[in-house]
Amino acid sequence: MYGHVEIRTLFFASYKELLGTGELQVDLPEGATVSDLVSALRSRGGAFTALPTEPAVAVNLTYTDPTSLLSDGDEVALIPPVAGG
Amino acid sequence: MVERETPQLDSAELSRYARHLSLPEVGKEGQLRLKEARVLVVGAGGLGSPLALYLAAAGIGTLGLVDFDEVDATNLQRQILHGTKDVGRKKLDSARERLADVNPNVSVVTHDVRLDSSNALEILGSYDVVADGTDNFPTRYLVNDACVLLGKPNVYGSVFRWEGQASVFASDGGPCYRCLFREPPPPGLVPNCAEGGVLGVLPGIIGSIQALEVIKLLLGQGNTLSGRLLIFDALEMNWREIAVTRNTSCPVCGDEPTQTALIDYEDFCGLKAPSKGKEQGMEDSIGEVGAVELKERLSSAEPPFLLDVRQPHEWDIVNLETDGAVMIPLAELQDRLDELPTDREIVVYCRTGARSQSAALLLADKGFSSVFNFVGGIHAWVDEIDPSLPKY
Repeated sequence: MYGHVEIRTLFFASYKELLGTGELQVDLPEGATVSDLVSALRSRGGAFTALPTEPAVAVNLTYTDPTSLLSDGDEVALIPPVAGG
Repeated sequence: MVERETPQLDSAELSRYARHLSLPEVGKEGQLRLKEARVLVVGAGGLGSPLALYLAAAGIGTLGLVDFDEVDATNLQRQILHGTKDVGRKKLDSARERLADVNPNVSVVTHDVRLDSSNALEILGSYDVVADGTDNFPTRYLVNDACVLLGKPNVYGSVFRWEGQASVFASDGGPCYRCLFREPPPPGLVPNCAEGGVLGVLPGIIGSIQALEVIKLLLGQGNTLSGRLLIFDALEMNWREIAVTRNTSCPVCGDEPTQTALIDYEDFCGLKAPSKGKEQGMEDSIGEVGAVELKERLSSAEPPFLLDVRQPHEWDIVNLETDGAVMIPLAELQDRLDELPTDREIVVYCRTGARSQSAALLLADKGFSSVFNFVGGIHAWVDEIDPSLPKY
């Protein structure tokens, strides 16, 4: 009865560098939030554990807070702060 | 905007700004607004170069520049405000000379200081718009907070390798930098231009967008980037636009701000030595070693294990392989701990000592008992031990 949602997860700048990839498809149980997605990523271990617990996140190009619910097919972008000038 | 005596345009200026005067959105009135305006560019580097050049060319009346650095040969690939002959000069001297040639009508005001909490409000306070072209997190948070407190628009841009970001903060009810990035990243996670590299054209593009947004703000024309974060991927030639609204619980620009004065931003960004607290044990568990001492230890009977945590392309430029160095990039370190000896001292190095500090702390945390950070990194090695090696 429990469904799942598939999330297109995008990593920018230093996150992309850290993880060695700019994009991942992540499967989560229905009802998952942005925060659940970040936890799922961090629990992959290795470099993923270096992701912050509350990164800046945009869902479908809109900046969103960690409690937001995710829907199947959402595009979630993890945006690191960048300081170079 | 501060009330000032209305300036006029003389015939030379009418000719110089002819292509602006023909634009209905600028015209004579708009050009006079630019002439009346006072704009501060923080940082005369990669972003500051196109910012200052285009703002001067556009006829901004008073252009302030904050920088305390000197021109280095490694700047020239992107900082087009400075030339080869300027290497070793103060960036502000070089900038003043170049900008006087671009447009002698512009009054260039130089602030030869490191912007900090003690001087930011006073310096930023006398300008209408601030453009942030700094290269570090403490100054970015400082510029943001000062702009919010002063009610000045903060035209933001930043670059990393092939990616850039741009927005307008603290303007027209829109968000501020803190609404977007509430907490600074842990030191070491996000490398700066020197550690991470940057394609030279990229700050040219992002800084030009900043200059454009400054001019639109002053003219009151069009839609600015307030409430929108632009993310540019130069490698894929892809632009993304993220909608961002002001966070009503933002500690600085929220409805009930909890921070109403500037703070210590080095401390906020975790860049100061930790105070006597929970971190102390960790910091104490790693040692530090300089270039000369490292050289001695490497030629001793029991040399330490020498670990390079830079990227492979950096290793290719220069490395300490002949002294026994082994490379494991910082991002892979956690997964490759089994490649490290547990019965020897470990000395970690990178380019200048920042990433190796993070790596040394990680190793100490994972139970390695004798870990040293090579302070100054391979730069110090070139300076003090082997000047024949390249510096990058």
